[in-house]
Amino acid sequence: MTTTLSRPPADTKVADRASDRSKAENRLGQKLVAPAVVLMLLVTAWPMLQALYLSLFNYRLTAPDDREFVGLANYSTVLTDSLFWQDMWNTVLIMVVTVAVELVIGFAFAMVMHRVIFARGVIRTSILIPYGIITVVSAFAWQFAFSLNNGFVNSWLPFVEDNFNWFGDHWPAMFAIMVSEIWKTTPFMALLLLAGLSQVSEDMLEAAKVDGATWWQRLWKVILPNMRAAIMVAVLFRALDAYRIFDNIFVMTRGAQETESVSFLTYRQVIEQVQLGVGSALSVLLFLSVLLLAWLIVKLFRVDLAQARGEG
Amino acid sequence: MKQRNNIGTWIGFVLIMVWCLLPVVWIISLSFKSVEETAGGSPQFLPKDPTLDNYRDILSNGDFLAALRNSFGIALIATFLAVVFATLAAYAIARLEFKGKRLVLSLALAIAMFPVVSLVGPLFDMWRTFGLFNTWPGLVIPYMSFTLPLAIWTLTAFFREIPWEMEQAAQVDGATSWQAFRKVIVPLAAPGVFTAAILTFFFAWNEFVLAISLTSTTGSRTVPAQLSYFVGPDPFNPPYGQLATASVVVTVPIIVIVLLFQRKIVAGLTSGAVKG
Repeated sequence: MTTTLSRPPADTKVADRASDRSKAENRLGQKLVAPAVVLMLLVTAWPMLQALYLSLFNYRLTAPDDREFVGLANYSTVLTDSLFWQDMWNTVLIMVVTVAVELVIGFAFAMVMHRVIFARGVIRTSILIPYGIITVVSAFAWQFAFSLNNGFVNSWLPFVEDNFNWFGDHWPAMFAIMVSEIWKTTPFMALLLLAGLSQVSEDMLEAAKVDGATWWQRLWKVILPNMRAAIMVAVLFRALDAYRIFDNIFVMTRGAQETESVSFLTYRQVIEQVQLGVGSALSVLLFLSVLLLAWLIVKLFRVDLAQARGEG
Repeated sequence: MKQRNNIGTWIGFVLIMVWCLLPVVWIISLSFKSVEETAGGSPQFLPKDPTLDNYRDILSNGDFLAALRNSFGIALIATFLAVVFATLAAYAIARLEFKGKRLVLSLALAIAMFPVVSLVGPLFDMWRTFGLFNTWPGLVIPYMSFTLPLAIWTLTAFFREIPWEMEQAAQVDGATSWQAFRKVIVPLAAPGVFTAAILTFFFAWNEFVLAISLTSTTGSRTVPAQLSYFVGPDPFNPPYGQLATASVVVTVPIIVIVLLFQRKIVAGLTSGAVKG
């Protein structure tokens, strides 16, 4: 599979007509991209096909001899299990809430960074720290901040009891997980939006101002429509990233209080339960749902990725 | 220049600084709290009685040092190899006409969005068969594959901006092709390559899912994985101070890189993301 996919198809008819020079260029180009393409497929396409195959078997790693073909039974096991749907709901909820909050805060940050004329280096350095920090570290920092005995959150928030246990119930635990996720990834959103914001022409804004447009009108009629491409790229990348949420949940709750995500469920089935059959079915479903999600976002918001990436 | 900064911008500036730095200051503060203090419960922000004991313990903890070594080794090797392959590919995409160019870019995009967890099962199975389980190459290979898309895009965006005619101009002026490449193209391309390397390193340094799934001992376990297994002697009372200290230690390289190269990182993150 890898060998056939990695070699781009040779179109002999066109090649015959092409000059020697462009033929050589064509070959050189393909040779140069070949190692990268092979590597990317080796670790994704091949294991994914393997997962597709394994998902058709009842296969537990601890009992390899009992492996038997069960057809689509693993899929029906997964799809009729309420735990799968609970986790799917958690994942989608975390994705929608975090991306929406990040979009608003990230835009506010981008506006500030765009207008600030002092200490630009300081602000850029600071905003890159959450971006660069290890997610596991962010999860620990927030877990400790929300901790019952050693956290400062309870004593700082006036409307929260000092002995409130954030990890003792579903919604507070989900809240804590989302705080860590939002804290770490808002800078990425803000930087992409800042880049979009700097493309909005100042002249156009000045003209709108002269014509008597209020600040609110300028925001909605001039600024936002003109940075649509940047917003959509940021939303697409962040949404798909949030959909794969794993690290924060692993560190902060280990899935307790029904805070499990689909990624965490898959991990648990494969690595902890060594149920490669059911785990592979989950892997395939996770992969398909990411494809569906990406397709939905691209279609719904009409993101032109090629254009956005300068591929026009 | 733009309009004068008003009070709103000032407030926004302060809010951004608090947002970005508060949790960092918090773990630094926590790292100076003694074991006795956190065991008894210590909800105040700053340590009562700052101590360096945690740093002494962590920096003499063999498991943590092994994880640190693994993290540096694996991240650096993966970064180096990914950037080499990505540079070749990006050069071809930016400069040459060849069939399958769009296919390569679409593949890179698809892989950037790939759910890593769905590979854990098959890779776990395959790596055990090939003897790659719990080894450095076992992590280096997937890290390369998952950082290639970002590196290819960043580099393609940079390479498109390079005035390649200058190479010929230098040759017309009497430079050999090697000189033209060395003295003209390399200096122009280096910042892009460097930026791609930083972003790749961040990914490999941060990666967690594969790190906990494809390793089993301190022989190849990286820092994020080691941190998550770091429970200390009493599982009901996690060693807050030590975990915070370890967190601070692994955040130092990130802060150093960010301080030195913030401009390049921002350029790399946003390159090509907005060009219409």
